[in-house]
Amino acid sequence: MSLLRLKKLKLTLGGFTLETDLEILSDITGLFGPSGAGKTTLLEIIAGLRRPDSGTVEVRGRPLTDIEKRMQVQPEQRQIGYVPQDLALFPHKSVQQNLLFGSKELDSATEARFSHILDVLELRTLLERSPQNLSGGERQRVAIGRALMTSPQLLLLDEPLANLDSALVTKLLDLLRRTGKEFQTPMLYVTHDANELAAICEEVVILEKGKVRAHGKFLDLFEPAKEHLFVFKRQ
Amino acid sequence: MADTWQIVWFSVLMSACATVAITPAAIVLAWLLARKEWIGKSLVETAVSLPLVMPPAAVGLILLKLFGRRGEIGSILEEKLGLEIVFTWRAVLLALAVMSFPLMVRAVRLAFEQVPVRFEQVARTLGARSWRVFFEITLPLGWRGVIAGMVLGFARSLGEFGATIVVAGAIPGKTATLSVSIFNLIQLGRDAEALRLLVISVLLSFGALWCSEMIFRRARA
Repeated sequence: MSLLRLKKLKLTLGGFTLETDLEILSDITGLFGPSGAGKTTLLEIIAGLRRPDSGTVEVRGRPLTDIEKRMQVQPEQRQIGYVPQDLALFPHKSVQQNLLFGSKELDSATEARFSHILDVLELRTLLERSPQNLSGGERQRVAIGRALMTSPQLLLLDEPLANLDSALVTKLLDLLRRTGKEFQTPMLYVTHDANELAAICEEVVILEKGKVRAHGKFLDLFEPAKEHLFVFKRQ
Repeated sequence: MADTWQIVWFSVLMSACATVAITPAAIVLAWLLARKEWIGKSLVETAVSLPLVMPPAAVGLILLKLFGRRGEIGSILEEKLGLEIVFTWRAVLLALAVMSFPLMVRAVRLAFEQVPVRFEQVARTLGARSWRVFFEITLPLGWRGVIAGMVLGFARSLGEFGATIVVAGAIPGKTATLSVSIFNLIQLGRDAEALRLLVISVLLSFGALWCSEMIFRRARA
């Protein structure tokens, strides 16, 4: 069964049109493209934050959007985790309150998951802190932990490591890979950095001007350039 | 002097009550205008803002026609509940509420619009329904703007004159607010007393506006 299926998806916003037809199978898929390619818009459609003009969205076989049938599952019922580029940690809540925001009740299963997330993402010492008093890497970890607490069927990560220094990016990429496996949560990872894709993604979708330019295994689409750098093989 | 403090107390009390009475409706309407798209939104937006641009006396006249003994609403209130509105303190409250409502809606709407939509979107993806997003995200993040809007509405009420005098009259000790009393005293040639009320009025309005401005600045920071 495909993890994510987008059929004849179309959305026009002003002069920009996003048109995709896509089936994703891998646990960590990269969505790559330049600024303005429509990456964030696509994530917003998958998360239910935007309604497309036409087409369908299915996650693990569950239809979430079907415009022809006038069906649009609300974001709160989709079980899709979303970490936006600005992370959107609630500034008036502590780290603990942020992490537990999506938990309806604190039963033993929630507590166990909470504890597991604290350990894997190394958040235990940050619980009482305010998001404003966290470093860039800590903020990323809290945002990912918060999304994971709802046991999402799919985790959408919108350039989660932008604006961080390279040493921290390497560490967090490793943590992300381990986290995805640990919680068996598939991820759709948006970036415009090919090296991040190389480090984390099995499958890559390249989006340009609202359309899928290429889709396949990372090494089929990218080739090494200089040391530690990859570039898209222009086809 | 005793009269002076009675007038000040009555004005402050009426303004505070009018502000508290309209706050829930202003918050709901401001949120609907700031965050939702709905049919007739621009019409409601315009209708709500009307008292800001219409002559206050004209608003007073509309209220008089609606809430008078033979008015559509006034006759029902009197028949069913035995409530008399015009030329009583209730008419003062009504006039102040109607005249300050648009200003409060505008201020609170601005406060809600300054809360980044992204917080609300993420809250929804975490399973929160609209009402929870409002009470746990939008309102706590926009509360300073809500308070500033309330203070602004209170200040507007303190200065209200035209609608109040038409629908509530200028009955000393019964419906005369600060601004109506100043007008009364000038008419009677009691300029010294009018001046005293004027000074108190300026101080109260300045204090309220200053508070509102300070809260707005902190909200924007």
